[in-house]
Amino acid sequence: MKKQESARQQNHEPSPRLRRFHQARWNEPVIMELGSPGQRGILVPHPEEAIKKIVGDAKALVPEVMRRKSPPALPELSQPEVLRHYLRLSQENLGADLNIDVGQGTCTMKYSPKVNDQLARMPQIADLHPLQDEITVQGILEIFFKFEQILKEISGMDQFTFQPAAGSAAIYTNASIIRAYHHARGASGRNEIITTIFSHPSNAACARTAGFKIITLYPDEHGYPDLSALKAAVSERTAGLLITNPEDTGIYNPAIAEFVRVVHDAGGLCSYDQANANGILGITRARDAGFDLCHFNLHKTFSSPHGCGGPAVGATGVTHELSRFLPVPVVEFDGYKYRLNHDRPDSIGKVGPFCGVAPVVLRSYAWVMALGARGLREVAEIAVLNNNYLLRKMQGIRGVSAPYAQGKRRIEQVRYSWEALSKETGVHSEEIGLRAADFGVHYWTSHHPYIVPEPCTLEPTESYSRKELDEYMAILEHVADEAREEPALVKTAPHRSTIHTIDHGPLDDPARWAVTWRAYLRKNRPRPNPDNS
Amino acid sequence: MKNERPIVYPYIPNSVPEIKGQMLRDVGAMSPEEFFQEVPGDLRIKGEMNLPEPLLSEHALKKHLEGLLAKNKTAGEYLSFLGAGCWQHHVPAVCDEVNQRSEFLTAYAGEPYDDHGRFQALFEYTSMMGELLNMDVVNVPTYDGFQATATALRMAARITGRREVLVARTIGGGKLSKLRDYLKPDLEIRLLDYDRTSGCLNLDALAAAISSRSAAVYFENPSYLGIIETSGEGISRTAHAHGALSVVGVNPISLGVLVPPADYGADIVCGDIQPLGMHMQFGGGQAGFIATRDEEKYVMEYPSRLFGITSTRVPGEYGFGDVAYERTSFARREQGKEWVGTAAALWGITAGVYLALMGPQGMTEIGETILAKSKYAELVLACMDGVQSPLFAGPHFGEFAVNFDGTGWTVAEINRALLERRILGGKDLSGEFPELGQSALFSFTEIHAKSDIDRLAAALKEVVT
Repeated sequence: MKKQESARQQNHEPSPRLRRFHQARWNEPVIMELGSPGQRGILVPHPEEAIKKIVGDAKALVPEVMRRKSPPALPELSQPEVLRHYLRLSQENLGADLNIDVGQGTCTMKYSPKVNDQLARMPQIADLHPLQDEITVQGILEIFFKFEQILKEISGMDQFTFQPAAGSAAIYTNASIIRAYHHARGASGRNEIITTIFSHPSNAACARTAGFKIITLYPDEHGYPDLSALKAAVSERTAGLLITNPEDTGIYNPAIAEFVRVVHDAGGLCSYDQANANGILGITRARDAGFDLCHFNLHKTFSSPHGCGGPAVGATGVTHELSRFLPVPVVEFDGYKYRLNHDRPDSIGKVGPFCGVAPVVLRSYAWVMALGARGLREVAEIAVLNNNYLLRKMQGIRGVSAPYAQGKRRIEQVRYSWEALSKETGVHSEEIGLRAADFGVHYWTSHHPYIVPEPCTLEPTESYSRKELDEYMAILEHVADEAREEPALVKTAPHRSTIHTIDHGPLDDPARWAVTWRAYLRKNRPRPNPDNS
Repeated sequence: MKNERPIVYPYIPNSVPEIKGQMLRDVGAMSPEEFFQEVPGDLRIKGEMNLPEPLLSEHALKKHLEGLLAKNKTAGEYLSFLGAGCWQHHVPAVCDEVNQRSEFLTAYAGEPYDDHGRFQALFEYTSMMGELLNMDVVNVPTYDGFQATATALRMAARITGRREVLVARTIGGGKLSKLRDYLKPDLEIRLLDYDRTSGCLNLDALAAAISSRSAAVYFENPSYLGIIETSGEGISRTAHAHGALSVVGVNPISLGVLVPPADYGADIVCGDIQPLGMHMQFGGGQAGFIATRDEEKYVMEYPSRLFGITSTRVPGEYGFGDVAYERTSFARREQGKEWVGTAAALWGITAGVYLALMGPQGMTEIGETILAKSKYAELVLACMDGVQSPLFAGPHFGEFAVNFDGTGWTVAEINRALLERRILGGKDLSGEFPELGQSALFSFTEIHAKSDIDRLAAALKEVVT
């Protein structure tokens, strides 16, 4: 029986049935419209009578000039109303826990284990003040220290900081360390950073903010970073290279060590944006390719949940030579006690408050501890296997292609192009994504600029089953068919979403945009009727 | 390795050997090794990484982590008077309930359709912050108050086209360090001294320093040292008279009782929303806000995402989306304003929940409670020989510096002795403000009972006398 079934699956596997999905539609008002005067969501402690007797009227403790005259016009809601409102909004949000979230390429939407969330909420971390005496926070410092040893092994780097609060903050930190390094050598004239167009936009933007001029390399005809372009770009002004590998196309640059050598020979440093590390855990390391700095997004590769866009950590690793520039404090261990060392005169200083986002570090440590070296290797293998599985399936869908590196395997993601389908039907990649949402999945295109026309970036990670991958593919195939047969249906999507097609006009018009409710009311006040004036 | 029994990992659906094998066949690969052919041999890790043995069962993992966490002593078990940028407030249960929801916790970068809830919740957060701040534009949170301040000053420099910022010297050492790093390539920082008696900004120092080169005057209210700056209007006027912007850092939990900075002329307001519903989390609950008036020249200088409200093709239905997206680095890489990326959105949603629960009355009352309790603490700590409480005469909100020079004890010694009594004493200021001698910054919030404050006073008395 079992044998028969598996034979059936192999030979005549039916297309997965598409879901008759409809996202929650609560027509929930904006909270500013809710509630009634006098309602309370929570009561706060009052000072004891004895305190009142001694200090008198609390308001009078504020000088008249600084006393708020009228209370802030916040909504007034009872507690259950607040809860219901936000739970309805949560239902109108498609978290990674609910969908086959392979459509948000570059972001590694993997499973965030629930046990780690439980641990991260324990009072033994939730109720720690960051300035407590070290002796009272030995547990969290031990977790920081131990996780640092793990990342050192994974990357080959010599020391890490967890202070940068996300990937871009880590890129900025790398750029700041590069600046400090050249400054310390009296080489402040090195003011150019080289990056590639298929590295995250923040590699260019953060380095620019740190004061560098940006040189962006475009790929060669096969989609690889262009070595000859790099050789032409380096000079005595080169401060460093910020590069991703594999790039956002999922193509691994086999000449990466040569890139590093060229920049080193020119006197620059090399920083490895490891946002795409999920497919190379246990396979290859930043230091082995000669990099001087690197960073990992703990909210991507190391499973901490994305939180609608943070909190996060951009764990930043450097070689021994650069460790003196790391932000303060660093966690140290003398064999008995963990401590925070602030006394580092060459440090770039603080890039954020305190020691960084501790619960994210804790979750990441727990994730690695659940897997070990073999498990991390399995993560990489399955993430890459899933990706190449999707690639094969995508190649069976008419109208989509995987530009560049023909015949080569991809690592953890692929940037596809719907150019052919778009030319045939007039349907754009964004519209395919909005229609895909009607079947309960998320889909994203690409960062800007769209070097790959009509882009779509799929990164399946290790967290989705083969059946789920098949379902996602069935959705895209179905939408591609719809684009041919009934393009208007796709172009007017979404149809089964919380809301209908948005009017984007006001969002770019200073006279009409409204970032707060008060601005919205001000700009949409009913105009006085001229007949009555 | 080959002889070991394959492990099926619960987090990895396709780690079942049969499925993995079938999928390898599906893609025409003999082994996963084929996928890594582009990685040169000399860059390959030889063998397995040297990592700790995994704790494969969830039970073993949980025991291990709980064991590590048990080595911490929490601010709840002890009595804590630490503030200095991260404060111990009550976190309403509904805040935790909402930010633990999978739909919010695990979402990321969805579209305004599949992530309508996230857009609306963050729009509501900015709307409520707008009421608290009396300003029309508030960003989707940046990392923390440090980043918010650093970006606010860069915005001021871009808006004015100037390269110098005047910063009140009462700023915390950590934030100043951040500003020095972040503004380094483009802006010069000049520190403005404070009045040694009141702790407020020294207006003569401001008058002497400000010029047509100044992009901004930055001060905090309440300041890092807890002082309510009473000359906000005068400072803003001076700034404006020289074509500079008034940039004010504010603790949002004070704004039920304190005038919002916009009312005394602030052009950009910034700070950290950790007090609005975030657990301290060893510093993991920070998130930064920036607020301005709704003028194009301000809006176009934000690096952050700004979520705006709009209509849909169905009358009466709200939609949300990015306002002026083209200013961001997502749209224009290095041509965008600074950069945008993952930051602290979940804490923005949480702060919205907090403000919705508190309402106008809650925010007023919590401000009054904090004022009363910190005033009471000032008075009881003042009853000790050699202790100057508060160190500064200016009015305070929630925090104040206490000087121990007259006791012959250092803050470090006092805090060690307090720790033996299970009390976490105030933040030692001797590193950041050497001119204040042996002073510590004590924080009091609504969670401190009179008996807690009395216990602190009794313990201090025991230690220093």
